[in-house]
Amino acid sequence: MILEKTQTHQRVIEQISVLNAKVDFMNDTALSNALTYLEEKGIPNNKNEEYKYCNIDSILKTDFKNIQQQFNTVSTINNLRLNDCLTLVVVNGNFSEKLSDKLVLKGVKLFSFNSLENSGKQLLTAAAKSNSDSFIALNTAFSGIGFHLKILKNEQTQIPIQILYINSASAESFVNPRNIIELEENSSATIIEHYINIGTHKVFTNFVSEKYLAQNSNLKSYTLQNETSLGYGVYTNQVKVNKHANYQNTTVTLSGRLVRNNHQVILSEDNCEASLFGLFKTSNNQLVDNHTLIDHQKPNCQSNELYKGIIGDKSTGVFNGKIFVRKDAQKTNAYQSSKNVLLSDEGCINTKPQLEIFADDVKCSHGTSTGKIDENALFYLNARGLGKESAKKLLLSAFANEVIDKIEVDSLKEIIESQII
Amino acid sequence: MITIKNLHASVEGKEILRGINLEVKAGEVHAIMGPNGSGKSTLSNVLAGREDYEVTAGEVIFNGKNLLELSPEDRAREGLFLAFQYPVEIPGVSNINFLKTALNEIRAYHGKNEITAKDFLALVKEKQKLVELDGKLANRSVNEGFSGGEKKRNEIFQMAMLEPTLSILDETDSGLDIDALKIVANGVNTLKNKNNAYIVITHYQRLLDYIVPDFVHILYNGKIVQSGGKELALELEAKGYDEIKKQF
Repeated sequence: MILEKTQTHQRVIEQISVLNAKVDFMNDTALSNALTYLEEKGIPNNKNEEYKYCNIDSILKTDFKNIQQQFNTVSTINNLRLNDCLTLVVVNGNFSEKLSDKLVLKGVKLFSFNSLENSGKQLLTAAAKSNSDSFIALNTAFSGIGFHLKILKNEQTQIPIQILYINSASAESFVNPRNIIELEENSSATIIEHYINIGTHKVFTNFVSEKYLAQNSNLKSYTLQNETSLGYGVYTNQVKVNKHANYQNTTVTLSGRLVRNNHQVILSEDNCEASLFGLFKTSNNQLVDNHTLIDHQKPNCQSNELYKGIIGDKSTGVFNGKIFVRKDAQKTNAYQSSKNVLLSDEGCINTKPQLEIFADDVKCSHGTSTGKIDENALFYLNARGLGKESAKKLLLSAFANEVIDKIEVDSLKEIIESQII
Repeated sequence: MITIKNLHASVEGKEILRGINLEVKAGEVHAIMGPNGSGKSTLSNVLAGREDYEVTAGEVIFNGKNLLELSPEDRAREGLFLAFQYPVEIPGVSNINFLKTALNEIRAYHGKNEITAKDFLALVKEKQKLVELDGKLANRSVNEGFSGGEKKRNEIFQMAMLEPTLSILDETDSGLDIDALKIVANGVNTLKNKNNAYIVITHYQRLLDYIVPDFVHILYNGKIVQSGGKELALELEAKGYDEIKKQF
């Protein structure tokens, strides 16, 4: 059997490449680096410290034995639109111009990977280097036809842009959506990356986004993951923040059998700021693994992280937050906090702050807490006439609201509020 | 209203209540006094239904029902209210939302419709005045960042909102300055009528100057060792608990 003898990555490459045409928007060096890297490192398993709780090699062996790349056509998405946004649609990894709204916003440009400008070609793989990580490498080799979304200099985009990633596998599939989000100098925008699944079979999403924030720009980005128990995925965000720019992301995971987020933010010049917030609720045998990295390279930058998990049944949550403060990054302010509620005895949370500080004049703090629902609070509410369920709900909503309150797009907030508890 | 017969209860295997007998009728105010460790708080927690306490013997009949068989929420819905000695801070849960949910669950239990937003707000406004609770506090998270006095006033505010038939005030006077004490007492006195009853648990006589009891009981070593009228509290204040400790 091929399966037993070959390495996972070789089989995956073989099976995916059956359908995917050569990705001619990638440059040859990036492509060959990607394949070499994969050949060398393979797909990480739990012996790799970074994937200790998230053995993707084993998942690809067991749950994706036979990747067939078959999909149903998606012809309508109206009920998935957020009503106060413009919507771009990516179906099974490829941008669909037909299903997307016309981007009629002033100062916003969109280029499909098939018609990238030179500047776009240069950004592609600049922040997500094809020889830095197996999933970036795999995505580079088999990237779907994504897009480069560009907010032009001095433009303040008022309407949020929803990017809807729809998977509709009709047999075990593996998709590689990819995009570039670029904010030019002094621009601002709000984007929502929304992942959903309407298929009947398991699908593995290997997503890569490169986000570039030029001087003085401001990006509010939201990630909503709701891919049902058929959804598996690694979601990589490589973000580069320049002088005086501000990046904010809130990632909410509502469902997904396996969700691995790799969120890396480089504060590459002085006086920039990044905030990463996260909220996940897990049940059954779900695994949600949030890995963040904030790299303070220059002085006077700020970062702030808050991740909250509600872990039920036999599910597992992971938060691993790395903060680098480089030698040059004096006067850094970095805060990190991870708070979790365990709803069952069999649920499990692994949380690990990792601070590596090479500068001497910095303020950094981190904290983590994990507990059950506060019995005293529960009794207090019961003693006022609230039933067990509604008291529990009230306490969990209160726990979740600290993150939900960061969301400034009403329609998105409503979806999350109605589904989280 | 409530009849407690031979109530025994223990915590972690240690017996705290050793046969309490007490009957409270509608329209009455009973004070329960006793030294530290006599079982005052255990009694209030057992009546409210906290799970850490195990009832080992006895029975409690509340408005014709076997209280000990009811869940804490059903006891509240039946009209029992415990003003906590240490009100719990619940960050993120708004005082008002929580009270609205509580009120509506109690109404639903009695087959009544949900209260309209307008009526609810009118009720909040009216009852806030009673305990001079700042409107801002009512909208904040439950007890979060409240001073000791504000927490106790919030308890009485909740009591006023939920209109219980039997209220147990568990050392509501502890941590209160004299002004806050008067406000709390005034709230209770205004709410008092012939259909409801109060059990006031306290260490000191001070509160009883303002909430005048019909009966005073002295709790010692898990038993009511002496009962009398309001003069018993004064006597106790004069002599101190040492006298009781010697006697029993």
